[in-house]
Amino acid sequence: MSKLTGAQILLRMLKEEGVDTIFGYPGGVVLDIYDELARTDLKHILVRHEQGAVHATDGYARATGKVGVCLVTSGPGATNTVTGIATANMDSIPIVVITGQVPTKLIGNDAFQEVDIVGITRPCTKHNYLVKDVKNLAKTIKEAFHIARSGRPGPVLIDLPKDISIAKTSFKLPDDIELRSYNPTYVPNRKQLQKVVDLIKKAKKPLIFSGGGVNLSRAHQELTELAQKNKIPVTSTLMGLGGFSGMDPLWLGMLGMHGTYRANMSVSECDLMIAVGVRFDDRVTGKTDEFAPYAKIVQIDIDPTSIQKNIQVQVPVVGDCKISLELLNQMIAQEDMGKFKPEHKQWLDRIDNWRKTTPLAYDQKDVIKPQYVIEKLFELTKGEAIITTEVGQNQMWAAQYYHFTEPGRFISSGGLGTMGFGLPAAVGAQVGAPDKIVVDIAGDGSIQMNIQEMATAVQYNLPVKVVILNNGFLGMVRQWQQLFYNRCYSSTKFQHTPDFVKLAEAYGAVGLRATKPEEVEKVLKEGLACNKAVIMDFVVEPEECVYPMVPAGAPISKMLLV
Amino acid sequence: MTKKHILSILVDNEPGVLSRIAGLFSGRGYNIESLCVAETNEPLVSRITMVTKGDTAILEQIKKQVNKIINVIKVADLTDQDFVERELVLLKVSAKPENRAEILRITDIFRGQIVDVGQEHFTINITGDAEKITAILTLLKPFGIREIARTGSIAMFRENKPKS
Repeated sequence: MSKLTGAQILLRMLKEEGVDTIFGYPGGVVLDIYDELARTDLKHILVRHEQGAVHATDGYARATGKVGVCLVTSGPGATNTVTGIATANMDSIPIVVITGQVPTKLIGNDAFQEVDIVGITRPCTKHNYLVKDVKNLAKTIKEAFHIARSGRPGPVLIDLPKDISIAKTSFKLPDDIELRSYNPTYVPNRKQLQKVVDLIKKAKKPLIFSGGGVNLSRAHQELTELAQKNKIPVTSTLMGLGGFSGMDPLWLGMLGMHGTYRANMSVSECDLMIAVGVRFDDRVTGKTDEFAPYAKIVQIDIDPTSIQKNIQVQVPVVGDCKISLELLNQMIAQEDMGKFKPEHKQWLDRIDNWRKTTPLAYDQKDVIKPQYVIEKLFELTKGEAIITTEVGQNQMWAAQYYHFTEPGRFISSGGLGTMGFGLPAAVGAQVGAPDKIVVDIAGDGSIQMNIQEMATAVQYNLPVKVVILNNGFLGMVRQWQQLFYNRCYSSTKFQHTPDFVKLAEAYGAVGLRATKPEEVEKVLKEGLACNKAVIMDFVVEPEECVYPMVPAGAPISKMLLV
Repeated sequence: MTKKHILSILVDNEPGVLSRIAGLFSGRGYNIESLCVAETNEPLVSRITMVTKGDTAILEQIKKQVNKIINVIKVADLTDQDFVERELVLLKVSAKPENRAEILRITDIFRGQIVDVGQEHFTINITGDAEKITAILTLLKPFGIREIARTGSIAMFRENKPKS
């Protein structure tokens, strides 16, 4: 049997897991892996900061549905990944992060660039490993991929000491993974599903509430069937955007703190809520006691901890979203639905009325409105771009005004709310989907948190488009200060911001700027047509707010509309 | 209603597993009253016996969250079940000559043993469930308890009783 080094086993196992691309940054203790990497056909994307590496890995995973892989060195290399790992953990994104570690003999001695990354990342990974024996390496890697992609997906970290990457052992492909302590439930209990069917039969005001789980399990077709055949309107969380077509007449828009009026009112009046792949985050529910007060709630989720955590539900269904919805559709098709007629005319009319009286709105006058930029972007890309976002107003406007038609199109840090996510995630998404237009919708604040990844985009000829909604403020924080802190704009005004056009040029990218509404379309067209990385700087209304807005802790039916 | 629960958790006997569980409790603000860990008859498996507190909803979350940890094999809640509970306590009590006889009598009633004795103290070994331990502590308190070392509870389901 041939003997391989730890580094060789690692790369061999990555190939076995179907990996063709790694995002990373080299350093002392991973030199042996990088040396070996140069002799393989694995594509390595050299980022400019390890945080960027993890976000790019994450963006790649979200765009492709595959497990993303990232490789960094020990110590600061490892600690720099933490924000990225926590981001992926909150949004259940399957990634495997490989960190180098000091040689096993030095562990615990405060060696140069030593940090207990397994200890640090324990609460923000799905699982993590320190490999102490090269003989366990192959199995550990196989296990890591299995855990990352199965059940409720999530990040897995493997800490690999330098001596393990050098040590040799005879290599044998590990057997299939069986973990007696980890067996996610994919197929739901039919009795529970029957209860759902019975509730649907009785419902007069049904509502589907879909979340990130629908996108993760790519259950969009099953969800669409359930909605369309039974004429049930659909709202979703931020993470659920794209799980149901934003162009469908049954689509209500996002719900929650910045949800549409009709979505939030529908939640507040529905008599049946079918929640699929959601976890009832506080940004969605507002005041939990008054969330969906008239509804029987059904919750379908693969993770039992998501059920009965924030909201008490009447029918819990533990199972994979795709499999559960497929079964549910079959059961409905075979069921005598009795008096149930998939019309709910009054209900749908009522919702339509909300749509007419209280739509999302803004007033485009002399100064560019950020919403207008996104509407134009949607129009010009025909809704087919992959949109990544930063966090804050830019993210909410993107969610409100760009309409997504399938999973993997909207890539945003929903749970953790990580500023600086959008650009590296766009880099990763573009690597994974080279034929798509990838646009990072950013603010002038968050773009500066990982702007260095422009260099990565330029180095690898990735034509990532950055749309900066430049209002000179940390807009969302300013909005809170305006509404809830008597306009005391404490530390939210940038007294100095770089010239993004020149900055783009300095990076070897293209820089464009629009300062008037009539320039928006021209700049967008030019930027989108450009086959290089490009920053489009839109100088927008400085004090525009995102509406509707539900103040934190209020019921979601109590929206501020202007 | 907040209530005491005894959880019996089977886990992989690996470094870091205890830290995963303890970290989960501190990170999510759950309460650990006592914790006891040791290998089982299967060397690859350890049993953690944990006493925790919370209302029904919190306990349900705790059990699910603990179960979600990859290294956790099984979580059983012994509360409201038929189970045996034991805790071992070492107690160092001040024992002046005039009190010695009384302390010995109490120890005897509770089926404890004196495991160390000095001019001015007894060290008593006591086992029992939480109520018994509380009872002897209350009785010995007036004599002056100098030190206590407690293991925390361990527990096990009783086998089903034969049908009568």
